[in-house]
Amino acid sequence: MMTILEKQIEVLKSEVPQVTDFFSDYGIILDEGGFTLGEYLEQLPEDFYEDIGIDQVTLLENLDGFLSQLNLLQNTEAPKVSEITIIGGHDKTGNPEQVELKLIRGSVTSIVGPTGSGKSRLLADIEWMAQNDTPTGRVIRVNGKKPDPELRFSLEYKLVAQLSQNMNFVMDTTVAEFIAMHAESRMIENAADIVVDIIAQANLLAGESFTGQTPVTALSGGQSRALMIADTAFLSTSPVVLIDEIENAGIDRKKALSLLVKKEKIVLMATHDPILALMAEQRLIIKNGGIHKIITTTAKEKENLARLEELDNKLMSLRTRLRSGELIEES
Amino acid sequence: MKLITISGPPSSGKTAVLSNVIKSLKASGLHAGAVKYDCLATDDDAVFRSLGIPVQAGLSGNLCPDHYFVSNIEECLKWGFSLNLDVLVSESAGLCNRCSPHIKGVLAVCVIDNLMGVATPKKIGPMLKFADIVVITKGDIVSQAEREVFAFQVRRANAKARIMHVNGITGQGASELTSLFVNAPDTATLDGGILRFSMPAALCSYCLGETRIGMEHQLGNVKRIKLKQEQL
Ligand SMILES: Nc1nc2c(ncn2[C@@H]2O[C@H](COP(=O)(O)OP(=O)(O)OP(=O)(O)O)[C@@H](O)[C@H]2O)c(=O)[nH]1
Ligand SMILES: Nc1ncnc2c1ncn2[C@@H]1O[C@H](COP(=O)(O)OP(=O)(O)O)[C@@H](O)[C@H]1O
Ligand SMILES: [Mg+2]
Ligand SMILES: [Mg+2]
Ligand SMILES: [Zn+2]
Ligand SMILES: [Zn+2]
Repeated sequence: MMTILEKQIEVLKSEVPQVTDFFSDYGIILDEGGFTLGEYLEQLPEDFYEDIGIDQVTLLENLDGFLSQLNLLQNTEAPKVSEITIIGGHDKTGNPEQVELKLIRGSVTSIVGPTGSGKSRLLADIEWMAQNDTPTGRVIRVNGKKPDPELRFSLEYKLVAQLSQNMNFVMDTTVAEFIAMHAESRMIENAADIVVDIIAQANLLAGESFTGQTPVTALSGGQSRALMIADTAFLSTSPVVLIDEIENAGIDRKKALSLLVKKEKIVLMATHDPILALMAEQRLIIKNGGIHKIITTTAKEKENLARLEELDNKLMSLRTRLRSGELIEES
Repeated sequence: MKLITISGPPSSGKTAVLSNVIKSLKASGLHAGAVKYDCLATDDDAVFRSLGIPVQAGLSGNLCPDHYFVSNIEECLKWGFSLNLDVLVSESAGLCNRCSPHIKGVLAVCVIDNLMGVATPKKIGPMLKFADIVVITKGDIVSQAEREVFAFQVRRANAKARIMHVNGITGQGASELTSLFVNAPDTATLDGGILRFSMPAALCSYCLGETRIGMEHQLGNVKRIKLKQEQL
């Protein structure tokens, strides 16, 4: 930290270009003029700091925090999450939940159970890395160990990324600008390539195509969901992806899941759709706040999945025909 | 007693988040009370009362609600002690982005929502930059990417705060936030307490009720806009 204060502003700007943006957030335009950063901040008058609503000490603390975050993101020495273990607590009546469930990267698990049974709570337990300190008494291990409690508040190690039917884009940008902004927040270097990849992938998932110039708020429901999934697959740091009821999202569900699996995500889906549920390797039956049963999808079920998909395709083609004005009269 | 100051822009979800926290405090057998500081009107006292906790509401009228807050928080603290509360939450309307109710040594929370746009964190002054916890709400209606970008911007404005995502409607994340409230430092007195950041000296003639426009009516602390020479 001290060394950075001694750097000439020109030098600093070329070594860490992100500082320009950091300071402009505070309305500070770093003038070169031969100053070191420390000298420059020192000569700003007291009432300037009053005006921007921060004092020099806190500003430097924020700079320090920002730089260490940069460092963390650029040198991804982040402890990679390869598996998560859920150790049972108790259900709503206090009966012990006898499970020890390991979820590995690239796996898909569905979660089924009526409303109020505790599906969201289970996902929240994972997100919070519960240590017998939530209503369920569950314990979450990461890579077989108790995670550092400070990681709960870390943005870089956030365990869970969420996708649900109610989510929409609200930003006033185009698709390409939007992805670039997300990539920038991750300090990704080859942002331009990622933007192209994500748009291409999202187009594979969505029925109707869109381009980088489309405003995000003009995307249809299906296109938005497709972009969210592709973006999460490529750019989210979170190892766990939680999908809450996307059955009517108008996307190719099979391709969406396989993209997430290819990107080594641990996929959890709360769903009532038999096709989605059977696409998973296993499903958790939630009852009265606890994991009541774990069912591994059987060979027979996989066979039935193929038939369900056929049926689904038939329905889909009927929809297409309806749209184009055909009669549905064959018996 | 634990005093906790909660601030944030209008309609960011302060009351919704606090309601969920209060329910979970009650569930663990703790006595909570609430004070709401607002400018012209508030319905929040009724919301808190419906949760069965003691409430005070103060309206600042033509004063900045945060200035009004500092002048009255000591009284409210005493009120909290008289009721033997374990936790007293003080919600204030963040109407003026330049003032903030945060006090040194008192847990300071800022509530902002994902819908405000990515440029918002840098526009919010000390109430965000000096908070210990920044709660981000309304994550249920925006995309994962927007949540991540928004949180990144918050981090840039306040490197040290704990950033928590809480859903004001479903209460997701509220029990986690509650655990931080329970571990907040105790406040025995505010005598000798210090604000984390000064409130601006807004003493111009308009503060004092002047309504006429023009140089000759401007007195005191007046600041001029710097108009730039645009090249056409
Ligand atoms: N979708 C969604 N809506 C929310 C969330 N949190 C709060 N809201 C809604 O946002 C609106 C404002 O919430 P309040 O809790 O009244 O906000 P506030 O900050 O207390 O507002 P003031 O006290 O008036 O400044 C309400 O309609 C809430 O239901 C959330 O996480 N998701
Ligand atoms: N094991 C448990 N013990 C106590 N309360 C629980 C337990 N599991 C869930 N709950 C509570 O039950 C309520 C409903 O659970 P939720 O996860 O929202 O259900 P779903 O998502 O399946 O509709 C929540 O308030 C949750 O905290
Ligand atoms: Mg749910
Ligand atoms: Mg309120
Ligand atoms: Zn003010
Ligand atoms: Zn004035």
